Amino acid sequence: MRPPLLILAVGNPSRGDDALGPELLLQLEAAGLSAQGDVELLSDFQLQVEHALDLADRHAVLFVDAAHPGTVAGVALYPLLPALQAPRHSHALSAPEVLQVAQGLGLALPAAWQLALEGQCFALGAGLSPAARKHLAHALPQVQAWVQARRAGLAPATTRPESLRATPPPAPGAGGCAHTVPVRAGDG
Amino acid sequence: MNAPPSPSPSPAPPAPRRVVIDPVSRVEGHGKVTLLLDEHGRVQQARLHIVEFRGFESFIAGRPYWEVPVMVQRLCGICPVSHHLAASKALDRALGIRTVPPTADAVRRLMHHGQILQSHALHFFHLAAPDLLLGFDSDATQRHLLGVAAAHPDIARQGVLLRKFGQELIRITSGKRVHGTGSIPGGVNRHPTRAERDALAAQVPQMLDWCEQAVALIAGLHAQDPGLYAQFGHVRSRWMSLVGAGGAMDLYDGSLRVCAADGAVTHDGVDVQDYLGLIEEAAEPWTYMKFPYLRALGREAGWYRVGPLARMHTCSHIPTPRAEHARQRLLAHGPVHALLATHWARMIEMLHAMEVIADLLQDEALLGGALTTPLPPQPGGERSGVGVIEAPRGTLIHHYTLGDDDLVRWCNLIVSTTHNNQAMNESVRAVARTYFDGRAITEGLLNRIEVAIRAYDPCLSCATHALGRMPLQVQVLDAAGQVLDTALRHGDDRTERIAAAPRQGPA
Repeated sequence: MRPPLLILAVGNPSRGDDALGPELLLQLEAAGLSAQGDVELLSDFQLQVEHALDLADRHAVLFVDAAHPGTVAGVALYPLLPALQAPRHSHALSAPEVLQVAQGLGLALPAAWQLALEGQCFALGAGLSPAARKHLAHALPQVQAWVQARRAGLAPATTRPESLRATPPPAPGAGGCAHTVPVRAGDG
Repeated sequence: MNAPPSPSPSPAPPAPRRVVIDPVSRVEGHGKVTLLLDEHGRVQQARLHIVEFRGFESFIAGRPYWEVPVMVQRLCGICPVSHHLAASKALDRALGIRTVPPTADAVRRLMHHGQILQSHALHFFHLAAPDLLLGFDSDATQRHLLGVAAAHPDIARQGVLLRKFGQELIRITSGKRVHGTGSIPGGVNRHPTRAERDALAAQVPQMLDWCEQAVALIAGLHAQDPGLYAQFGHVRSRWMSLVGAGGAMDLYDGSLRVCAADGAVTHDGVDVQDYLGLIEEAAEPWTYMKFPYLRALGREAGWYRVGPLARMHTCSHIPTPRAEHARQRLLAHGPVHALLATHWARMIEMLHAMEVIADLLQDEALLGGALTTPLPPQPGGERSGVGVIEAPRGTLIHHYTLGDDDLVRWCNLIVSTTHNNQAMNESVRAVARTYFDGRAITEGLLNRIEVAIRAYDPCLSCATHALGRMPLQVQVLDAAGQVLDTALRHGDDRTERIAAAPRQGPA
């Protein structure tokens, strides 16, 4: 039987602050969060359609992801609903789209939240920025409180919606990076 | 290539302009398209820009060689397994290992074909199907996977489950769903258990059936609208890929083969260790992405395509019966240069990958035996090796030089999107020439340029997907860089036009 709680972190550990999600997961693991067997910790580069299947038979899910500069005020925790957003910019899905795919597959949806951690630098080979480390420290007790609340069957406190900024993020590569290493682009 | 069109009489030619589309949606990372117009307002050249810097070689150089197959997976969030295996193969060679044990070969091949299956499924069902099944000009708010799910629920469900099957193959061969460590220099460090193998083997008949249905679906779309599918983005090109013994399709290993646009083989049996004798890379001042070309033909004439459609032409046959039957139908009337046929080829390859998977799951070597070839005595001095694999999007080259200290001293990676750089520009130009009205970027033009680029499934900036990405931006600039028009297409598909939003930007 699956653990009723799922924390699904997204990000590339080698791309600067994109590592915020996986790094938080490592800290949760080290803190023994999954030791009781009721919380599963998963990490991936990106959310894809098959992640909808990871939502089956769950009571609640928390999506953890880095956010581009200026899109959240440090750390934001807020509930999610399925959404028909157009996946315009990536092979990847957003968390609301994963929920929507799960719904389309006929799965019973778990209660869902998004934890967004503001990043500054997403350069290949860069480490976490100082600001990101600060956000990570603030996020850890919030996630632990989220887990405790779900265990108790209570809804966790959420960040006020006003903390989600409406301003567009700066252009890619603008600010925040300790270094960048230009070479080329492509894929496998 | 890029020959300017013959000028037509025009008493008052419009001023030369640049049309900029930034970024390209449903493509990894940030891309930008600039259409360079001639004095008559016609598209003379198309440039696909890469605006995000990356540092593959800087990221890898200086690391111990045994870390490399794991670290390179972080170069790409879409096909990390391809980098994992290409690096392993290159390091095999650098360490003097010519063959790996049968178990290692079977595990690596199963991992690779699992990657092909799940990547092709993602592209077709998630990225291409919205355009192909719902129409290029269908409601933009519904033209995505979830719109497909609403209109064609069985197809969407099959896409999800095919991807899940591919991911499970990767998990049982690499040890983890992501960031696996299964392939190492000299072989592998694990093999699937019998229970893992049996659980997946039981699903094979269903997966094969769905793959065949996908081939039939795309073939049927071509049959329904042959004019569109034959003409859209039509560009004649050369083709390049690995082929196996006897010219058979082999996505994991082989030698390099190049075919001319008419299908004639022009280069064959090229040892991958000698790839630098076959191709060279050119730089252009307006992009960081290089332009590979065949040395023998030079920069202007020597460009080529890689990927699924290329592989249909370069191979003499596909060594699995269902996929070969489908390939014969695709090429029934000779070489196919129609861009949208790439999707058809991609589904044939998905079927081939599934047939190979079915065979490998019955191979007892998969379940036990020696996992690695012993490391031979290492000579002093530098050691180099090249590993080439046919990744989902095309030929992927990893080349490493190791120092006495076992650290990577130098490396060169040529990824499939780079191989296809010139071809993508040519395809965008072909589409824009047909659909640009000489005045403004219409929704129809924008959609079609995106469809053309997506056919190559480029992954321009891998593995970063933080929240809060920029919306689609379209700009029209005059020759002086003055913004004439700006349009923003937000993530919820609202289109916002900003009449006076001057912005200086490079073309």
